[in-house]
Amino acid sequence: MASRSQPGGRAVTRAPRDIAHEGFLTHARSRWLKISLGLSALAIAVYVLTDPAPRPNGGSFAGYLLGTIGALMIVWLSLIGLRKRIITTKPFSLKAWTSAHVYLGLSLIVIGTLHTGFQLGWNVHSLSYVLMMIVIISGLYGIIVYARLPAQLSANRNEATQPQMLEAIRTLDRQLDTAAQPLDKASADLVRMSLEECEVSGNLWERLTGRHPKCGNKRARDAVQDIVSQQMRSGKPDPALTQILFLLERKDAALAQARRHIRMKTQLEIWLYIHVPVTMALLAALIAHILSVFLYW
Amino acid sequence: MGERVRIAIVGSGPAGLSAAAHAAKLGLSHILLEKTDHLSDTIFKYQKGKHVMATPSQLVLRADLDFEAGKRETVLGTWDSMTAAAGVKVRYNAEVKSITGTGEEIPGSIQKIVSRKRDGTSETKELQRLAPPYKLKLTDGDEVIADTVIFAIGTQGNPNLMGCPGGDLPHVQYQLDDPAEYNDEHIFVIGGGDAGIENALGLAADAAQGNVVTLVNRSAEFSTAKGANVKALLAARDAGRISIMTGTTTRTIETGWVTLDTPDGEVRARCDRLIARMGSAPPRGFVEACGVEFASNDRLAFPKLSAVFESTAPGIFVVGALAGYPLIKHCMNQGYDVVEFINGNTDLKPADEPILEAKFRSLPGNRSVGEWLEFLRSNVSILEGMSALQMREFMLDSEARAYRAGDVIFERNAPGSSLFGIAEGQVLVEINPTNPAITVPLGKGTIFGEVGLISGRRRGATIRAGTDCILVEISRTAALKLMSAVPTAQREVTRITTERSLLQIFKSGLTPADLTDVIASAKVETIRAGQTIIKEGETGDDIFIVRSGSMIVEKAIGGKPVFLSYVPAGSYVGEMAVIDGGARTATVRAAVKSDVIRISGESFRALLDAKPGLSAKLRDEMANRTQLNNFIESKKDSFSGVVEMYTGVANFLVDNGVGEATDVLLIDEKLCIGCDNCEKACADSHDGLSRLDREAGRTYAHLHVPTSCRHCEHPHCMADCPPNAIHRGPTGEVYIDETCIGCGNCQRNCPYGVIRMDKVPPKKPWLINWLLFGQGPGPGEPDKKWSYSKSKAGVEAPKKAIKCDMCSGQTGGPACVRACPTGAAIRVSPEQFLSVALLDRGGD
Repeated sequence: MASRSQPGGRAVTRAPRDIAHEGFLTHARSRWLKISLGLSALAIAVYVLTDPAPRPNGGSFAGYLLGTIGALMIVWLSLIGLRKRIITTKPFSLKAWTSAHVYLGLSLIVIGTLHTGFQLGWNVHSLSYVLMMIVIISGLYGIIVYARLPAQLSANRNEATQPQMLEAIRTLDRQLDTAAQPLDKASADLVRMSLEECEVSGNLWERLTGRHPKCGNKRARDAVQDIVSQQMRSGKPDPALTQILFLLERKDAALAQARRHIRMKTQLEIWLYIHVPVTMALLAALIAHILSVFLYW
Repeated sequence: MGERVRIAIVGSGPAGLSAAAHAAKLGLSHILLEKTDHLSDTIFKYQKGKHVMATPSQLVLRADLDFEAGKRETVLGTWDSMTAAAGVKVRYNAEVKSITGTGEEIPGSIQKIVSRKRDGTSETKELQRLAPPYKLKLTDGDEVIADTVIFAIGTQGNPNLMGCPGGDLPHVQYQLDDPAEYNDEHIFVIGGGDAGIENALGLAADAAQGNVVTLVNRSAEFSTAKGANVKALLAARDAGRISIMTGTTTRTIETGWVTLDTPDGEVRARCDRLIARMGSAPPRGFVEACGVEFASNDRLAFPKLSAVFESTAPGIFVVGALAGYPLIKHCMNQGYDVVEFINGNTDLKPADEPILEAKFRSLPGNRSVGEWLEFLRSNVSILEGMSALQMREFMLDSEARAYRAGDVIFERNAPGSSLFGIAEGQVLVEINPTNPAITVPLGKGTIFGEVGLISGRRRGATIRAGTDCILVEISRTAALKLMSAVPTAQREVTRITTERSLLQIFKSGLTPADLTDVIASAKVETIRAGQTIIKEGETGDDIFIVRSGSMIVEKAIGGKPVFLSYVPAGSYVGEMAVIDGGARTATVRAAVKSDVIRISGESFRALLDAKPGLSAKLRDEMANRTQLNNFIESKKDSFSGVVEMYTGVANFLVDNGVGEATDVLLIDEKLCIGCDNCEKACADSHDGLSRLDREAGRTYAHLHVPTSCRHCEHPHCMADCPPNAIHRGPTGEVYIDETCIGCGNCQRNCPYGVIRMDKVPPKKPWLINWLLFGQGPGPGEPDKKWSYSKSKAGVEAPKKAIKCDMCSGQTGGPACVRACPTGAAIRVSPEQFLSVALLDRGGD
C-alpha cells in the first residue's frame, strides 16, 4: 500500500479488461460457436471418410480419436465449477469460459454420438453416453432460462432487492397485526390465517411454479372481501375491515412479486441440481468405461 | 468580579485537556472550561466500544496525558483519572458566551467580520480589539478573568438555528430532553437526520400523549440518517402516528402556526412547538466575535495563527481541530506546545520536526528545516502569502523533491491530482505527444500539474526536468487548503489554469502572448447540476471551457430533448455560434456541479482572425459535431423509439452520478442471472469483504447501476478525511490506505453509499476443504455468525472504511467483471459508454 502512495507520475497502463458489451452467447463475436461448429464438422468428416470393418464403433481409429477428444472435453468442461470459485488476480474471464463451456458442451452431442457408432445397449458404456446426454439436455435448459429469465427477473424486481421484498411483507404483517386489534374473534381469525398460514417461498414445487393454492393470505383476502361486499350491499361497511382488506390486497401484491422473484431464481438454479450431480456420475461412469475398455476388451 | 487566572482553556477535548494538564504540571494558574458535565465531549459521544485510533503512527506523543489506540471507554477513563491526578482545575457546565479584552484599545487593531446571508448579501461589522487580560462571560452569568485564552473548542459547534422569520419565538427549540413532557400539541420536527427522526419518534411513541407530530425534511431522501431510524420512521408514518413532509422548507413561524414551502406549494399549519434538529454550525461566528480573524471567507478556512498558535487577538491562542489539526495526537501535542509557548519557551521545536527533517533529508544543500521552509516559501510564487506555521502544516501534506536534468516528473495520461511548484531549476513540458523533442520550458517560481488538480482528470502532458531542479509536490488536500487560506494563490492558480487549458485545447501554435485579450475576458463560473449554460435557439457567442465537472448536450427533435453527447472536463462547447454566427444549435447543461471558463465571443473571434490555423481546426471539429447531430436526427426518423431509449438511458446514467464518474460498474439485467458471483469475487479478492451490492441501486431499461464506487473525478469521500487516507492510485482508482481511523466521514460524505465500515473477517479455510469437506463458509463474504465464532476472543478488530479499489495491482483488472459468467457486468468510463454506441442498445 505504502508504495502506492509514493509519487509515480508514471502513466501506468490499466490492466486490460473486457469492455465489450457482449453476452456469453455472443462472446468475442461467437468465437466458440464457430470453433464448436468446426469441431463437429471435423468429427463428421472423420466419421464419414473412414470406413472401419466390420462397422463403426468405439474401437476403431476414428472411435479412439473421438473418444479421447470427448473424454478430455468432459473433464475440462467439468472444471468450470472449480474455475468460477477460484478468484485469482490474473486475467481470466468467466464469460469466455461459460461461452466455451456452452458451445463445446453442445458439440459433444456430435462427438459423443459418433464415438458410439450408434451402438447402444445395456452396459456401462452406454450408461456414460446416457449420462452425458442428460447433462447436455439439462445444460440446454440452463441456456434457455439464462437467455430468457434475466430480463423478466429485472422487470419484476423493479429496483427492489430480495431483502426489501421480504421486509415489505413483514411490514404489512405488522400493520395487519395492529389493524386487527379492534376486530371481533371471527374476523381476527381471518387475519391470523394471513399471518400464520402464509409462507412466502414454500416447498420446492411451489417455489418452482410460483403457485400457492393454499396461501393463507389469499383465503383470508377472499373471505374478508366477501364480508365487506355483503356489508356494502346492506349499508355501510365496517371501516376497520375495509382497512384490513386493503392491507390484505397489498400483501397479496407483495407476495406475488416476491414469489415471482423466487420462482425465477429457482428456475435459474434448479437445473444445476441435475447438471452437476449427473456430471459427477458421468465422470465416474467414464472412468469405468475407459478402464473396462482397456482391461477387458 | 470573577476568578483571575493566567490561562483559561476553553474546551476539554484532547487539545484542551493536554494543555490544562501541562499547565497544572508547570504550576501555572489555570482553569479548564467545559460546556458539558464530562470531559472530551466529541469522543464521549462516540458510540459505545468504538475503537479510537492513534494516527499518524510516526508522530511522537508529547503530552502529560497518555494516549494509545484502544476502546473509547479506556481512552476516556485514562484521561479522567490522569486529569484528576494532575490536579487540573476543571469547571463543568461552563459554556463561554463571550470573550472581550479588558485593557486599552489596541491601536489599529480592528477586526472586520463579514456575515453572509442565504440570499447572497453580506454585512460587515467592525470590532475594535482590546488588550488582555480577557474577560470570559459564561452563560450562567459568572465571569473569569484570564491573561491568556486557549481556544480548543474543536469544530463540533452549536446547533444550526432557524433562519426564517419567527425563528426566535419561544416555542422554537433546538433540543428535546424528555419527549414525555409534551401532551396534545401540534409539533413540527425540522430535519431528517438521526436526531430529528429520534425526536419525532419519541414524541409520537405514546399515542396517549395525543401529540400530532410532523417531520419536515429539506430533501426528498433521508440520506444522512441511519437505515434503522428511517425504517422506524416510515413504519410510524404507515401506522398513522407521524406525518412526513419531504422536499419542504420552513418559510415563516408565528405563534401557533407555521408556514412551509412544499413541492406542491405553500402550506400553513397549526404548530404549538417547533423542534429544529438541523445539524451544527461551525463555531466560526463565536470565534470571530472574540477578535480571531480567519484566513478567508472560504468554508474550509482556519484562523490566522502565528508560529506559536497565537491568533490575531494578542493573548488568544487556537489549537486542535479548530486550528486545522483534526487528529488526536496532533491536538495533544499542540496543547502541550502552546502552554510551553505561553510560559516563555519559544524555542520549543514542534513535535513534527523529525517528520519534516525526513522529508528534506534527501535534498541537496544541507539546510535546516526552517531554512528549507523559507526557501520554498520565498521561491514558489503561490506560497508567498503563507505564515511559518502554515508552511509547516503545508509541508506535512506535501513533498519536496530534487530531480536531475532529464528525469520524467510525470507522464501524459498518468493520474494525479497534485500540484507542483518549481523552487529551483526549470522543467520542460512536452506539448506534442508524438514528438517529445517539442517542449515549452517553465521556470522557477511557477507551478504545473494544475489541470489534474482542478479537473480531476489525467495529466495532459509529459513533464521532465530541464535542468537539475527542486520541486515541491503539493497534494490535492494541501493545495485546496492553500487556495482557501491564501487568496492570491487562488487567483494565480485560476489565471494559470485558464491560460494553459486554452493552450492545451486549441494548440495550433498559440503562445501565451496571443491569449492576453482572451484571458482578460475570461471568467470562471460555477454551474449548478442541471443548470443550462447554452440554450438552443438563443443568440449568444460565448465559448465555455469545462474546467471541472461535465456537461451534456441536448437538442430538441420533434419537441423532445434528445441526448447528443457528453462533454467531460477539459473540453469546450459553444464554438459553433462563433464560427458560423447563427443561433445556438443545441442546449448544454451541467451533469454535475461544474466550473466553466466563459470566454467572450468577441475576443475569441479576434483570436480566430489572427490565427487561421486555429480557425481551420475548429471547423474540422465542428464538422464532426454536425455529422453526429445529423446522424442522430436521421435515426430519429427511422427509429424514434431507439433515439428515445438512447436519451432515456443517457439521462438515467447522468442522474445516477455517471457524469462525475471516471469508472463505473454497470450491469446489463438482460444478462444478469443474479448469481452474485461478482460480489463473491469481490470479497475473495479483498480480505473477505465485498465492496459492491449488486442488487441495490437504480435500473433503467434493464441497465442497472449497482451500489459500487464510481471513482469520481472529485471524490466526495476525500472531502473530510482526518488522517488524509484517501488517495487516487496510479490507475485512477480512489482507494483508502491503512492509516484509516474508522471515523466514518467518507461513508457519510459519499452520495452513492458505496463505502462501508467493517472489520476484516478471519481467514477462511481453503476452497478445496469447503468443496470436499464442507469446511468454512465457502466462496464470498462469510456471514457475521461465522466471522464471530472464528474471531479470537478478546482481540478487538477495528472497523475501517472499505471501498472498491478497482482491483488495482491485480493484473486481470476488476474481479467483479472477470467473474461474471454471462457478461452482464462491465466497468466503463462515461465517455466510453455515453456515446453513440448506446444507440445500438435500444435496437435489440
